[in-house]
Amino acid sequence: MADIDYQDRIPNNVDLSSDKRLQRALESWQPDFLNWWTEMGPEGFQQDQVYLRTAVSVDKDGWAQFGHVKMPDYRWGIFLTPFEGERKVNFGDHQGEPAWQAVPGEHRYTLQRIIVTQGDTEPASVEQQRKLGHTCPSLYDLRNLFQVNVEEGRHLWAMVYLLQRYFGRDGREEAEALLERRSGNPDSPRILGAFNEPCDHWLSFFCFTTFTDRDGKYQLRALAESGFDPLARTCNFMLTEEAHHMFVGQTGIQRILQKAAERMKQGDPRDFGAIPIDMVQRAINFWYSVSLDLFGGEDSSNAASFFGAGLKGRDRETELSEHTGLDQAYTLRKFSPDGRASDVEVPLRRAMNEVLRDAYIGDCEKVIASWNRTLDKEGCDMRLTLPDRKFHRAQGVYAGLNFDPHGNFVSAADWEARKSAWIPSLDDTAYLHSIMNKPHYVAGEYADWIAPPARGINGHALDFEYVLFATPRI
Amino acid sequence: MTITSFETHPDRYHHWKLSFDGDVATLAMDVQEDDGTGKPYELKLNSYDISVDIELADAVTRLRFEHPEVRTVVVTSAKDRIFCAGANIPMLASSPHAFKVNFCRFTNETRLGIEDASATAGQRYLAAVNGTASGGGYELAIACDEIVLVDDRSSAVSLPEVPLLGVLPGTGGLTRVVDKRKVRRDLADCFSSLAEGVRGKRAVDWRLVDATYRLSQFKAGVAKHARALAEGSPMPEGAAPITWAPLEVEVGPDSGRRYRWVDLALEPEGRRATITVRVPDAVGPTTVEGVRALGAAWWPLAAFRALDDALLHLRFNHLHIGTVLLRTAGDGDVVSGFDDVLEALRDDWFVGEVRHFIRRALKRVDVTAKTFFALGDRGSAFVGTLLELALAADRFFLLDDPEEEVWVGTTAQNGGCYPMGNGLTRLATRFLGEPDAVTRALEVAGRRLTTQDADGLGLCTFAPDDIDWDDEIRIALEERASFSPDALTGMEANLRFAGPETLETKIFGRLSAWQNWIFQRPNAVGPNGALKAFGQPTAATFSWERT
Repeated sequence: MADIDYQDRIPNNVDLSSDKRLQRALESWQPDFLNWWTEMGPEGFQQDQVYLRTAVSVDKDGWAQFGHVKMPDYRWGIFLTPFEGERKVNFGDHQGEPAWQAVPGEHRYTLQRIIVTQGDTEPASVEQQRKLGHTCPSLYDLRNLFQVNVEEGRHLWAMVYLLQRYFGRDGREEAEALLERRSGNPDSPRILGAFNEPCDHWLSFFCFTTFTDRDGKYQLRALAESGFDPLARTCNFMLTEEAHHMFVGQTGIQRILQKAAERMKQGDPRDFGAIPIDMVQRAINFWYSVSLDLFGGEDSSNAASFFGAGLKGRDRETELSEHTGLDQAYTLRKFSPDGRASDVEVPLRRAMNEVLRDAYIGDCEKVIASWNRTLDKEGCDMRLTLPDRKFHRAQGVYAGLNFDPHGNFVSAADWEARKSAWIPSLDDTAYLHSIMNKPHYVAGEYADWIAPPARGINGHALDFEYVLFATPRI
Repeated sequence: MTITSFETHPDRYHHWKLSFDGDVATLAMDVQEDDGTGKPYELKLNSYDISVDIELADAVTRLRFEHPEVRTVVVTSAKDRIFCAGANIPMLASSPHAFKVNFCRFTNETRLGIEDASATAGQRYLAAVNGTASGGGYELAIACDEIVLVDDRSSAVSLPEVPLLGVLPGTGGLTRVVDKRKVRRDLADCFSSLAEGVRGKRAVDWRLVDATYRLSQFKAGVAKHARALAEGSPMPEGAAPITWAPLEVEVGPDSGRRYRWVDLALEPEGRRATITVRVPDAVGPTTVEGVRALGAAWWPLAAFRALDDALLHLRFNHLHIGTVLLRTAGDGDVVSGFDDVLEALRDDWFVGEVRHFIRRALKRVDVTAKTFFALGDRGSAFVGTLLELALAADRFFLLDDPEEEVWVGTTAQNGGCYPMGNGLTRLATRFLGEPDAVTRALEVAGRRLTTQDADGLGLCTFAPDDIDWDDEIRIALEERASFSPDALTGMEANLRFAGPETLETKIFGRLSAWQNWIFQRPNAVGPNGALKAFGQPTAATFSWERT
């Protein structure tokens, strides 16, 4: 089972050929997916050979193989971590019962909603990033962008598999709808806010892959605990791939900082077409805060019922000592419209979104620390910080209130006066577009605003032809 | 509390005496205080419990089939100075809620059965109230066409539930007083809050009874009214009776029931049951003589009698079954053939009675407080009369079968033979907003409708194909089983009866719903509630909140 069946049109380790009904459903969805990919995937590079990794096994070591491939020919497939026969529901009201191998009817719509919401983010990010290739800072980065894109596509397949395999006609309709919504489209937007934000330059891309994909990591970790076993196994394998996306983001920002610090020794980084560190901080402030919104309300009846029903657990739930979440409280700091703070006790189950957000914040702190080590190593005194969780929130109890990056309550007038120091301004965007105004298609060449990576991909050199163009590019 | 059988026979009645005098039958209530079955209460003063009502229901149905010569049924009491004191209060006070609800629903169905016998069989009912008729006793009387009350200066009719018991006259009492007897509402208000009731001339003036007679003239008065009712009856002359033979049923160790043409299978772990109606291989006789010779064994009657019985067992004895799957098995063309006979011979007394029986059994589905899902897959026969089962269901899943082995069909029977309690057919109720859809469904009567056709006509709810069928059904059932049974009961009862109100829908939709609410309230069933306090040394205490 661990090996991928490449005899099928759709590579898989779920024995698709023995399930004709599912095979038929997926094979009829596949052309729609390819149409979507052609229309909404990376613009202008569909004929080029990209050095991509493709999942070939679900083994911990060596699950991928590398090779040049045209993106539309990428073998998107369905991979689950292998079946553990004895798995149980590990938390909530059904704790200790056998994990569900089929959708429990009473949780059908809840589960479907969870999967659709997760699934919707995958094509959304591809759509958000579809024009970035034209301003790539190097072939190495161009390849990384496409690697992230095809794997987001594969994650969409994973969710569609669950919908089609387990949710009947409704599931098929939802699978279609995943291809019909469009990031940023006013008529049929993607479900979650951050996935409708424009991601039209590479600083946004690196922030997105650092912070927004990291939300994805924590959502997947919570779902990997699910009592619905196929979802848990799907998410487990997706986490393997997600790690690379965060690597792309984290090292991308790190290289930008490295370049900025180098230039600061010589003067204002702007004079050299590099990105000033305060501008990076504003981008972090923005993408981190919109990503925090993705976790949902701090005090949430949905979160309580997802947990109680055993559908969505906490980060590393199985490593915790207590799994009911009952008779415990979470202290939540709330603010009145005029800024008076008060602490309220929320039953722990209702605060599960906040519990997951805490884990995410801890992880983000480590990322900031690693970037600051880079600055330190480059002899730069400036330091990046993670804004307070209350800063710039559009969802939850802090939405509609204004806080500075330290978490101090500020008036609406203060916010307006100072926001250009805190979140990216139009000037920032204009500057970034001015320095990211052309692609760098020559192997081994890097844009002025980013340092080359420490090493290449799969042991290759930095000047390896990570993308082979079908027609020569200027 | 398990009820082992809903069937009985006049030879075995404990509480009623059935006698005949030409075209007048007399059904005399003579409730035994202790019938020897070990009840924890005594049925004093002709008060009744379910066992009394099962006998009454048997009598009402049996009279239609076994005694077509009867044109008037006199309902009276075999006891002195008491007609009937209504439902037994210690019984109600000590019964669990679900039993009270079931009891009231069944007794309501029985009283509606009396009115149905008058309206559709021409067997008129006369209440000869020879003593006090209180509560359910008066409710029994007003289910009859006419009421004559003895004027002995003490016998009264009354609805003392509100003042004495803190509950409602819930067996149609309040509804019939204003809707059937058309008593003025303010007088009805006085009557319904006056524990000692109303007697004599005032009872006539207020339209509570039709006539009063002094004791010495009572018998003659009753006879006169009985005669007059008989004369007005459209019952045909010389109809040969049909023997209302006992249902044959095998009961499995798990309480599943296997009748000749119906199976009731129980799946307690999923809290669901399946009722399968099986269709014979051939239509058999198509003449009046032929079907009468079969009598109670004729498939349409035998099948729906079994269905009726299975529903009662489900209601009373299987409280934990929440969902009932309705299935049919056999050849749709055979069902269609039976429907042709039911239609061609509709003017025959017996065939007419069979049609009426099926109509009543289907209404039993409508007011059963369990979810019904009809499942039409290969080998099913949802055609005509059996299609009514699917239309009575809350949802109808029909397999979309590329081989087109699955089909359904309408027949003339769907066009008016089996109206619901709201007076409309199930098709008309279903398509309340699109009357043309009723026409379209009936225009194709007699044709085989594929699942696609049926879906297009709006006859099925979902049409999953082979790929989805098992999962869709499983998930729908699991989901249904997870919902609050109370909310489902309320939801279904509200959705099933679109369209006009009738006496019947008011009884089941308004009177029963309020009664069942009151039955849950501390003011009735709390430790000091009125129902519990009745007959006790201390008076009831109430929470006084009203909205």
